[in-house]
Amino acid sequence: MQFDLFVIPFNIGLYFILLYAVARSVRWFMDLSRPDKLRLQRGFFGRSFGQSIREIFLESLIHRKILKANFRLGYMHMSLAFGWFLLILFGTIEADFFGEKHLNAPYKAIFFKFFNPDHGRFGFEAVYSFWMDFLLAFILSGLLLAIIKRFSSKVVGMKKTTRLKPLDKVALTSLWLIFPSRLIAESLTSGAYETGSFLTGSLGSLLASFLPVHQLAYPFWWLYSLSLGTFFILLPLTRYMHIPTELFLIFARNSGIKTGDQSGAFKEIQTYSCSSCGICIDACQLNFSAGITNIQSAYLLKGIRNNENVRDIANNCLMCSRCDEKCPVGIELTPIRMINRRAGGTIGVEKNILKKYFPDRQKIVPAKSNGQPAYDWLPVAEPEKTDVLYFAGCMTHLTPAIKNSMVKILNASGVRYNFIDENGGVCCGRPLMLAGQDKEARELINYNSQLIWKSGAHTLVTSCPICYKIFKESYYLDVEVLHHTQFIKMLIEDGSLKLNFLRRNVVYHTPCELGRGSGVYSEPKEVLRYVARLQKTDFDDENSLCCGGSLGNMKISYQKKSKIAHDAVLELTKGNPDILATSCPLCKKTFAAATKTKVADISEIVAEAIALPKSGKKIPEKTFSVKEPANA
Amino acid sequence: MDKFGFTISKGRQIDYDANNRHIAEYIFERETSFRLCIECGCCSATCTTGNFTRFSLRELQILIKRGENDQVRENIKKCMLCGKCTLVCPRGVNTRNVVTLAREAFQKEVKNAV
Repeated sequence: MQFDLFVIPFNIGLYFILLYAVARSVRWFMDLSRPDKLRLQRGFFGRSFGQSIREIFLESLIHRKILKANFRLGYMHMSLAFGWFLLILFGTIEADFFGEKHLNAPYKAIFFKFFNPDHGRFGFEAVYSFWMDFLLAFILSGLLLAIIKRFSSKVVGMKKTTRLKPLDKVALTSLWLIFPSRLIAESLTSGAYETGSFLTGSLGSLLASFLPVHQLAYPFWWLYSLSLGTFFILLPLTRYMHIPTELFLIFARNSGIKTGDQSGAFKEIQTYSCSSCGICIDACQLNFSAGITNIQSAYLLKGIRNNENVRDIANNCLMCSRCDEKCPVGIELTPIRMINRRAGGTIGVEKNILKKYFPDRQKIVPAKSNGQPAYDWLPVAEPEKTDVLYFAGCMTHLTPAIKNSMVKILNASGVRYNFIDENGGVCCGRPLMLAGQDKEARELINYNSQLIWKSGAHTLVTSCPICYKIFKESYYLDVEVLHHTQFIKMLIEDGSLKLNFLRRNVVYHTPCELGRGSGVYSEPKEVLRYVARLQKTDFDDENSLCCGGSLGNMKISYQKKSKIAHDAVLELTKGNPDILATSCPLCKKTFAAATKTKVADISEIVAEAIALPKSGKKIPEKTFSVKEPANA
Repeated sequence: MDKFGFTISKGRQIDYDANNRHIAEYIFERETSFRLCIECGCCSATCTTGNFTRFSLRELQILIKRGENDQVRENIKKCMLCGKCTLVCPRGVNTRNVVTLAREAFQKEVKNAV
């Protein structure tokens, strides 16, 4: 029986982390809601199993998404994850194949060289140890990048790297020590027995030329085992918990489990799946435009993990979802932030170390309200019956050009419509929701729902992506909700709107709430292509910038908002377009204050392009005479 | 006794000693732009809520600063946080946050936390 005392720290660490991962997974599974449990069971024993395995291979090991976004950072993650995985895999095969017997304890694979110092001299054995040396070199190259990144994040093409807490630093140091200590331990043993391949062999013979390698090797094997053990024991308390958690997350997500709007096991799994890679920090405009560097999603999740009060972090965000789109783990960051915005009180910091290993379930206590309705003074309205409802939205009332253009378009198309908030309507409720006041938002939702229901319309058109998102997601309506760009596209395609081509160069800015928020990307651009020449920008579709005017951020100052708007507009107008087109009144208003380029909503451009009717179509009388609302 | 529709009007002086400025200080501390307000009334002019009911953020801001909180306590709930006032404000006051903080402060006041 090959055994030595130095393997004990490694063994303790390994068996601890395996048991811990199982215990934690069982608890997460138990905490899932009943439908989610069924989903996970079906996903695990069903078709999505293969998909999950594939995703685990591509994302957890190869880190494909990080590689695509940033090659050097991706290489760093890949060499550590995939390299280590291969080292373990081939180490196990090596121990099984060349060791004293088959089916060895894990430590024999990890410390194979110590127990078989003569191995690897000739033939196939030498080729195999070349391969093992190559894997070690692969990991070490990534480790070198990681160490350099800590001191200068620019080397791996990152503007910022995440700040660490003390325990993270200890774990990081032990992780960093694992591979160099393995290299030195193997080299010293190789030097003593004159084995080893290009890396351990050459370094070993070099060291053997002036050092007593026989005596020195043993302490380094101890160091190797100790650093592995320390890393495993500390893993649950640090960000490295993402390594086991991400596997669970991938299975859960592929089974169709969503974050939703409740705090629960899936939210907890996601917060532990964050590796603090810092890609969200680089994507965040508050970081690179406004210089706010402590509120990004990586810090939010870290704060939640450490049971800190994250209220200010949660509220200081544009909710533009750029980080959601970029997150290589695919964590639903914005929904998690919304859940934390709804949280009322603060949560105490846990001091007990045992508690940290098994933290209390993350409970979000909703802010208490006194139970009285806040908007019961709203007048009961009786809207007239109609087919199409046009809901301009609060912001559109601040940009009258948009609603006037929409009225012109609606009139020209000849649909039977009703401008429901012509004289000022009730807010859609999304701003309240973004401020975490769900109960109040619900009151407005109920009020507006009644209004829409009474009108008997089958289509609801809105000019504001903020309204569009909440109509789509939080209203339970029996009508088709369309953003005006979708509606205009429909009108053009069924021939009720005839347009001239305007010889203008246009760039299109995708609003956050319409693009990443609701997934409407193509319709606005198709409408623009009917009437103008659409130019490309560096920030199209999923990568679009936020204008900075977002209602999502409660905290940001006016100066920082306008800094974000200026930076965004500079990027968008690089190609010197005639018009900067957008489809959100809030974006229009924010950009108009930040640039000399003409900023226009798509509806304005379309209204300008409307061809005068030659004959046939009867146009209602009130065309082109829009009454200004009294108080808007 | 019949008053024939006449009453003696209450005193209208602002008594800062008797008034409770805690709410105002709570907001000042967390939202510095609250100090920039020049009480121009743009926020009230554009207000969605003000369209339906007698609600004026300008008035409420003045009352909060004076420390006359009774009228504010009931009225501040009516705001829909739609954010139009923030956009039209010529001084760049983050009015949405002012309203949210005021609501927060009134809620905490019940628990004597402010």
